[in-house]
Amino acid sequence: MAEALARITEISGLGMIQIRAVLSETGPDIAQALGIPIPERTGTSLAGARRLCWMSPDELLLVLPRDQVAPALAALAASLAGRHALVLDVSDMRVGFLVQGPSAGQVLAKLTPANLSAMPQDGMLRSRAAQVACAIWRQDEGFAIIGFRSVADYLRALLVNAASAGTSLDPR
Amino acid sequence: MLTLTCPCCGITADETELHPGGEAHLKRVGPGSSAEAFETYLFARSNPKGVHFERWRHAYGCGKWFLAARCTATLEVFGTYLAQNAAPPPEILAAIRARRPDWTPTAIAPRDPEPAERPNE
Ligand SMILES: [Zn+2]
Repeated sequence: MAEALARITEISGLGMIQIRAVLSETGPDIAQALGIPIPERTGTSLAGARRLCWMSPDELLLVLPRDQVAPALAALAASLAGRHALVLDVSDMRVGFLVQGPSAGQVLAKLTPANLSAMPQDGMLRSRAAQVACAIWRQDEGFAIIGFRSVADYLRALLVNAASAGTSLDPR
Repeated sequence: MLTLTCPCCGITADETELHPGGEAHLKRVGPGSSAEAFETYLFARSNPKGVHFERWRHAYGCGKWFLAARCTATLEVFGTYLAQNAAPPPEILAAIRARRPDWTPTAIAPRDPEPAERPNE
């Protein structure tokens, strides 16, 4: 019981690119520029270290290593040139944490009203963690969660507290 | 607890993930309208006990506005639909009638002001 429910670590070197566009028209070009298929609604698609996430009917978020942001940004800008679209480096906008371990789901279940167990393997859920907006996807032995960097300390404290030793949700 | 399924992303969201936007299907009156019609548009809202059409925003999710038909007395949700609908679509009306046979759609906007004459048109 003395062990934390999950390991909470901040993801370092995280890069993010926001894409706003009419996906039914520009989707094929975006997919070709990135070499990643456009994800299904509320889904993500993976290619190596890059994850393309469906954020809303007209928004995608590309999560990738920060040193790959500049070339990806250039490729996207070239493929969408002249179109009604927005491509923006938002790497500094959000912070990411890994919530890892067999009970990682319990840590998040304490913080969000969303039904994580219904989230498919390649899904992404946008919801809230206590009082702040977040997005969650499955990664390794648990989950990754992103939230706005302005509330990074709050989000970190929430996660660490929810993972406190002895607070398992399993029946005793 | 009120839960609504966002028609834009398909997520069933808890009330705390949504932002309420008040009564749906209000018709805007503006330049050329009477002061009374404008006041009605700004301030008068229906407050039924029963079937109600509302605007909601999936604030902690995809961020989109959508519309919902629900019962204010029981919190029963008859359906949600895209905000691009100027009036409740047939399937929503059918769902309401199935559960509330006495309900009549004239109750959607009983206080609709008469369309004002526009001097420039
Ligand atoms: Zn939504």
